[in-house]
Amino acid sequence: MDLTVGANAFFWSAAAVRAFYAALAQTPVARVALGEWVCSKRLPFWQDEIPHAVDTLRAAGKEVVISSLTLITLPRERRQTAELAEMGLPVEINDLSVLRHLPDGAAFWVGPVVNVYNEGTLEWLARRGATRICLPPELPLASVARLAEAGRAAGVAVEVWGHGRAPLAISARCYHARLHDRAKDSCQFVCADDPDGRDVDTLDGRAFLTVNGVQTLGRAVTTVAHQIAELRAAGVSALRLSPHVGDFAGVVRAYAAALQGQTDLGADLAGLMPGATFCDGFLAGQAGAAMTGG
Amino acid sequence: MLPQVPLPLLPPLLPLNLALSRLMRGIVARHPAILRRLGPHATARILLDVTDAPFPLLFEPARQRVSAHRRATLPTADAVIRGKLAAFLAMLHGGVDGDALFFSGALAISGDTAAVLALRNALDDAELDLSEELLALSGRAAPVLQPALALVARRTGLALSRQEGLA
Amino acid sequence: MMELVCPAGTPAALRAAVEAGAHAVYCGFADETNARNFPGLNFSRQEMAEAVAFAHARGAKVLVAINTFPRAGDQALWHRAVADAARAGADAVILADPGLLAFAAERHPGLRLHLSVQAAAANPDAINLYATAFGVRRVVLPRVLTVAEIAAINREVDVETEVFVFGGLCVMAEGRCSLSSWATGLSPNMNGVCSPASHVSYSDVQGQSEARLADWLIHRTAKGASVPYPTLCKGCFTSADGKGAVQTGHIFEDPVSLDATQLIPALQRAGVRALKIEGRQRSRAYVAQVVRAFRAAVEAAEAGAPMPESLLASLTEGQAATTGSYAKTWR
Repeated sequence: MDLTVGANAFFWSAAAVRAFYAALAQTPVARVALGEWVCSKRLPFWQDEIPHAVDTLRAAGKEVVISSLTLITLPRERRQTAELAEMGLPVEINDLSVLRHLPDGAAFWVGPVVNVYNEGTLEWLARRGATRICLPPELPLASVARLAEAGRAAGVAVEVWGHGRAPLAISARCYHARLHDRAKDSCQFVCADDPDGRDVDTLDGRAFLTVNGVQTLGRAVTTVAHQIAELRAAGVSALRLSPHVGDFAGVVRAYAAALQGQTDLGADLAGLMPGATFCDGFLAGQAGAAMTGG
Repeated sequence: MLPQVPLPLLPPLLPLNLALSRLMRGIVARHPAILRRLGPHATARILLDVTDAPFPLLFEPARQRVSAHRRATLPTADAVIRGKLAAFLAMLHGGVDGDALFFSGALAISGDTAAVLALRNALDDAELDLSEELLALSGRAAPVLQPALALVARRTGLALSRQEGLA
Repeated sequence: MMELVCPAGTPAALRAAVEAGAHAVYCGFADETNARNFPGLNFSRQEMAEAVAFAHARGAKVLVAINTFPRAGDQALWHRAVADAARAGADAVILADPGLLAFAAERHPGLRLHLSVQAAAANPDAINLYATAFGVRRVVLPRVLTVAEIAAINREVDVETEVFVFGGLCVMAEGRCSLSSWATGLSPNMNGVCSPASHVSYSDVQGQSEARLADWLIHRTAKGASVPYPTLCKGCFTSADGKGAVQTGHIFEDPVSLDATQLIPALQRAGVRALKIEGRQRSRAYVAQVVRAFRAAVEAAEAGAPMPESLLASLTEGQAATTGSYAKTWR
């Protein structure tokens, strides 16, 4: 079992993106998916960093793929999606419609927001050329194990969401903009103000969710820190770590060390991400926000 | 309104409970899908707190028992549905949508929401008609209930029969 | 005439819908194979067969929703549902899962396949993918699209399109939402429920009414005011911007419902084949009233007559209605 770092969900400056991938290239991550998977309006601000990031990561021996959007509705988004296939990199699809833009039989990855819940869907995707699938974060371990087994039989690497605020929902409406009394079309890019997302609490003050543009995430950081042995036993191929603000390279190294041997990953993460709370309920078949381990 | 009914016409609670339970057993026998739809919620104790009636009713579907209780000694219940008699009857007889009654506050629920939902769906599918169910009763129960309910219907305009379509 | 597709949570509601003028009724089996897996709701196998016979005798169609995502290791439950729907004489099944679509296309080639809104096929590429891969004949469009976008889609696809015109709105992309399982462990995709009743509690605290979902406070109102059902995305929350400003309110959506009656002529011009009413969890009274109103509207549209004023205010959540995303300003 090794590590994949997924595409960054948040709206970071070009400089922040450059620094992030420079640091990531120095970590033991095996492969990286990058690209804009949340909001097409952000792309013009940072897409020039993509070729440089790809080169940096490849020079460090990392496998790199380019991620698609999650929700593709506008004509320009469909065109951008078609252009992804021409970048010379494998594509990670975050919506099934992307398949229409890939050459027949081309290898592709499947991102965590595509609904792969069962063997039938996995096998269908495998027949179309999928080589790696990151499963939906809400799946319990029992399903993960069956899908990992089906993946082995079909030649598809199966990953689970291993670290990061879990993507819970996507919408055509921008709730981030709405918090500033704006519509998506005139958002003035307010999501850039919140590089880890904007907090949503209950009326009685409990930390509940995070808004990131058109995406809604959990608030506690999902981690499989206490479930690594079970995932390994289930035959999971890799853990998907999702970028956050802070010493993310340190986070990657902490997971890598945990995969090598006994470490106190929970304590390491608490040290690396002070102020964060952690959860692992989904894999345990409970509410995603619950913490069962540690 | 029921409170205006002269007291001598209101029976003491035990015979009333027997009559109500007999009514319920008849309904369950004639509409077996009700218990099937309730599934695991059949064992729930659901209190119908009819605010403009002198006594709330406790439903125990799996025991096929309905009992009236004095307000001073309310039984424990897994769920409570609170509202006026008109609202309950209108919902039962398909004259008004249950969700509309909840949205507007005409009916309020507390406790085991899933049990209330199961009961509501089961009864909605059963297309009950209380008047029909009363007529199907034989023996001593009908003479106790029927004139009281007929009086209520006349005085209040309450829906005591299944309605075809909404107003 | 546009086909009016109406919800039926129980056999009684199905009969009410057909008698009120539904061209087609959609319903599901009483298990987790459909996305309205609520207590006491839905059809046994026998009830489904009887319902199909009832509808067919009156010239109406029955579409069976098998639109959750089969569980790994338990696909047989969903496969049986497809087989049983076919055996009961269903006119189509409404599916969302690619694996199940592949199964149905291969093992039940004569069975008409409709694509559920749970597949979130929001653009012509997605729709054509499902049409080409599985022979899907109709797609239920997500509620995020404008009329203009719907018209553009119809120009680019050969399959029929079906559009929601009334009922409860999902504010997130359907079939791609784990908010419910984040809070409760149960989700629409896995279990066919959202914000399930099993995790709901109401209480009165210090003069206010509260509605919670698995202990998460979702709504709070002044005592005496009715507190809404705690559907998670329709809750009232607070959000601080980190610079001192705090917003409090329905962060994700106001709890209003869709009523697109006035847009029916535009949807007809946009090439939409069928209009869908949401509400399998609603009573037979709701179904009868709503279906009657929309049948009248569809007939008026067919005749080029004006749309009737909506008389359905009491049935819409929050007792207010919106045209949803169909008018462009929604985004």
